Amino acid sequence: MTAVDIAVAPARRSPARLAVRRFVRHRIAVVSVGVLLVVVIGAVFAGPISGHSPTTIDLFHIRASPSEKHWLGTDSTGRDVFSRLLYAGRVSLGVGVAAALIAVVIGTVLGSLAGLLGGWVDQTVMRLADIFLSFPSLVVMIVVAGILGPSVITMVLAIGLFQWPTCGRLVRGVTLSLREQEYVQASRAVGAGPVWLMARHIIPAALPPVSVVATLGVAQAIGLEATLSFLGLGVQPPQPSWGNMLTDAQSLTVIRSMPWLWLPPGLAVAITVLAVNFIGDGLRDAVDPRRS
Amino acid sequence: MEHLQLMGAYILRRLLINLLVFALITVAIFMLVHAAPGDPVKMMIPPDQLNSGSAAFIAAKRHELGLDQSVFLQYWHWLDNAVHGNLGYSLVSGRSVTSLLSERIGPTIELMGVGLALSLLIAFPLGIIAAVRRNTAVDYAATVVSLGSVSIPAFFLALLAIYVLTLRFQLLPSAGMSTPGASGLIDLLRHLLLPALILGFGNSGPFMRYIRSSMISELGSDYVRTAEAKGAGPIRVVVRHTLRNALIPVLTIIALSLPGVLAGAVVIEKVFAWPGMGQLAVSSVQQQDYSVIIGFALIIAILVLLSNLVADLLYTVADPRVRLR
Amino acid sequence: MSLLEVADLVVDFGTEDGTVHAVDGVTFSVDSGEIVGVVGESGSGKSVTAMSILGLIRQPPGHIRSGRLSFHGEDLRAMAPRRLRAIRGGPIAMVFQDPMTTLNPVMSVGAQIVEALRLHNADLSKDQARARAAELLESVGVPNPAQRLRQYPHEFSGGMRQRAMIAMAIANDPELLIADEPTTALDVTIQAQVLDLLRTAQEKTQAATILITHDLGVIAELADRVVVMYAGRVMEQAPVRPLFATPRHPYTVGLLASLPRLDDEDGPLRPIPGSPPNMLAPPSGCPFHPRCPLAADKCRTERPEPTDIGDGRQTACHFHEKLIEIDPAALFPASVAP
Repeated sequence: MTAVDIAVAPARRSPARLAVRRFVRHRIAVVSVGVLLVVVIGAVFAGPISGHSPTTIDLFHIRASPSEKHWLGTDSTGRDVFSRLLYAGRVSLGVGVAAALIAVVIGTVLGSLAGLLGGWVDQTVMRLADIFLSFPSLVVMIVVAGILGPSVITMVLAIGLFQWPTCGRLVRGVTLSLREQEYVQASRAVGAGPVWLMARHIIPAALPPVSVVATLGVAQAIGLEATLSFLGLGVQPPQPSWGNMLTDAQSLTVIRSMPWLWLPPGLAVAITVLAVNFIGDGLRDAVDPRRS
Repeated sequence: MEHLQLMGAYILRRLLINLLVFALITVAIFMLVHAAPGDPVKMMIPPDQLNSGSAAFIAAKRHELGLDQSVFLQYWHWLDNAVHGNLGYSLVSGRSVTSLLSERIGPTIELMGVGLALSLLIAFPLGIIAAVRRNTAVDYAATVVSLGSVSIPAFFLALLAIYVLTLRFQLLPSAGMSTPGASGLIDLLRHLLLPALILGFGNSGPFMRYIRSSMISELGSDYVRTAEAKGAGPIRVVVRHTLRNALIPVLTIIALSLPGVLAGAVVIEKVFAWPGMGQLAVSSVQQQDYSVIIGFALIIAILVLLSNLVADLLYTVADPRVRLR
Repeated sequence: MSLLEVADLVVDFGTEDGTVHAVDGVTFSVDSGEIVGVVGESGSGKSVTAMSILGLIRQPPGHIRSGRLSFHGEDLRAMAPRRLRAIRGGPIAMVFQDPMTTLNPVMSVGAQIVEALRLHNADLSKDQARARAAELLESVGVPNPAQRLRQYPHEFSGGMRQRAMIAMAIANDPELLIADEPTTALDVTIQAQVLDLLRTAQEKTQAATILITHDLGVIAELADRVVVMYAGRVMEQAPVRPLFATPRHPYTVGLLASLPRLDDEDGPLRPIPGSPPNMLAPPSGCPFHPRCPLAADKCRTERPEPTDIGDGRQTACHFHEKLIEIDPAALFPASVAP
């Protein structure tokens, strides 16, 4: 902006109200919340909504096109696609949230310790963060899945391990700036230890930016899970995942003539990840005092 | 001359740190070797010897390869072998891992190179226009596109593209690197275009955002006003002044994105049956060909090391303020 | 006809918290060869006024709502962009406040001066331009010009950077030079040198100059005429000596009274009471009334327009006549000593 001195009166609104106001202004973010809600409801109430089991095989009706009975047709072993679609939502959302949570916990603990203790602790944590950041999570997870065998738990842990540095750096920054604040120094003078400081000061202050990072992390995790499962290295059949539902679609025949097999799960991933990303973007604008 | 010395010292320091990290990574990879189920000796003997050898022969080999010695010595042996190009043998095909990787590395580099170029081709104009026409419809459209590039999984986009371009309109081939019987550059390019485009699109999002924010920050600088006050027109201001300044951090970002481009290439190669390292990696994982997987892990580690070094180098060279400090 | 005429300029800015009325009806003119000093506090609108002349206000968020800006009679606001660009850096040139941020850090100083030259002289070759740039650097007192041309701004000292800035501005023999707080970012000793430079440059080129500053001392040294601004409006205009000798606006009186005096070293400081106005919601009527010792009801309700009071002077105050006899010290009592 231009370098003009503007004498502006301080805004007489609480930061939270300001943030909500900004978020709502972001219409796409609000719409995305609605979309995400639909996905969540679909996943939670998958059984009642679809009326089919996602794992029942019916070899007499393989790859049937959509009909009254099977709204999205059946897959290569006769399982109902629509119910698999909905149940797969549970996996994706679950993995996404769990991984992001792990990342936030590790990141907050390591980041605040690094900021509070400084010295070699800080250096080590930052080096670790750099290492985890420079490696592409997907390939490393492929390698690990290759050696140790695919498993959902390994996947969630691995995603969390690759996401913590972003959160960690953020929390470290917040901690460093808080350290200089008077009320924190007062706390320390009274004998507050790192855990107390973390709980009472650092976490509340870091919450807004961390929530942005966590949301974007959920989006990234969902995408990673889908890709890994697509490659056959994540969620294993018969448990449905949007990713492994697309593994079938590697043949040209399927792509051309059976779009109901691969379009819905692919769209599901795309829409969910987009929605979560938009929400994260909206949160970022709401929380950041400087607009981008 | 002094500044050259300072720059050299900085690079040396970064080199040493990166090498240390790389050494630690090799230790981690080595631990993976041992975590793999099965007998490591099988990974290190050529298959003909393996098949014809008796138990005593294998035991002798094990001793020769140092596999009954302490872990540290084993690590050293393994590292020594690796540096000399001996990464063992594929459990599936019996061929040496090094030869497998080396014949696959070419197509992957082609794919990554063209993909990266395409992603910059998309990201730069979008980022610049979005920055110059900030907060207008164009800007929002560009933001949506960049978010789409990050959110829509590459493999899904690939399937969509195959559906439209290969099956519906029969414009481009969807598998492999060449059509049997045909050869030459045009054929190669036709096969390269679709995978490279999808790869490029997937990487363009973060670049575009970065270019946009870098340009916005430069466009808000005071020196932009000075340039306007001298009578410079809008194009000159953007290109001659802000773009050059905005470019500096972007170059570093590009260098650091290389491992991510490789990750994207792995998936793309699988979908398009592009005969590169990524496809090899995925199939080895599916077939539990541990020696190949570990060779692949080493390659990744080297790539990460290189991209970090290049980024450090670029950082010092590109910005005259840093260069001359 | 004057060289530059600014008439009833109104500029505001849209911000998240509302509209800032940065400039609210400013009128003044500049004749060939004269130095007009524009003085006021931060937020008085002086920089915005200056930048509006060359159309350097980004719109949005800024808006030039109304007013006439004319150069040699030509309307600057209605001008085609190409014609305006020919004027910027040519007949009208600007020097900015902080040369560290206003010079491009990754372009050599020489390249920036050459750019200024070649933007206005298309048939100047690169070598000719470089030679001329070296001459310019020398003329503003930068030693070793040939070597300095290749250096980057961060390799210059603060004073030298400003000299380079001035060299860039006078490169094309401007008729009007606008200097926006040219010495504020500099050390005091360097300030004197740069001011000297401005004065000699002006004497040589006979360019008219608008000198924007908050420092009355600078005004006293260099200006021929003074425009006093407050809250986006002109409070008083006068030739420099009469303004200092007999100020005819309470704000001017306050400004002068607040200057520490050398001949009364132990005397108390006399600040203007109150605080600068909130430009989102400026005071009604006369913007100075909340802080003015002469304020009456009329000042709150009726906005005083600039009126001619003879001898080339104008003032915007309902009670300016009261000031003819009054002692400034009485108007602004000393602050209570701590």
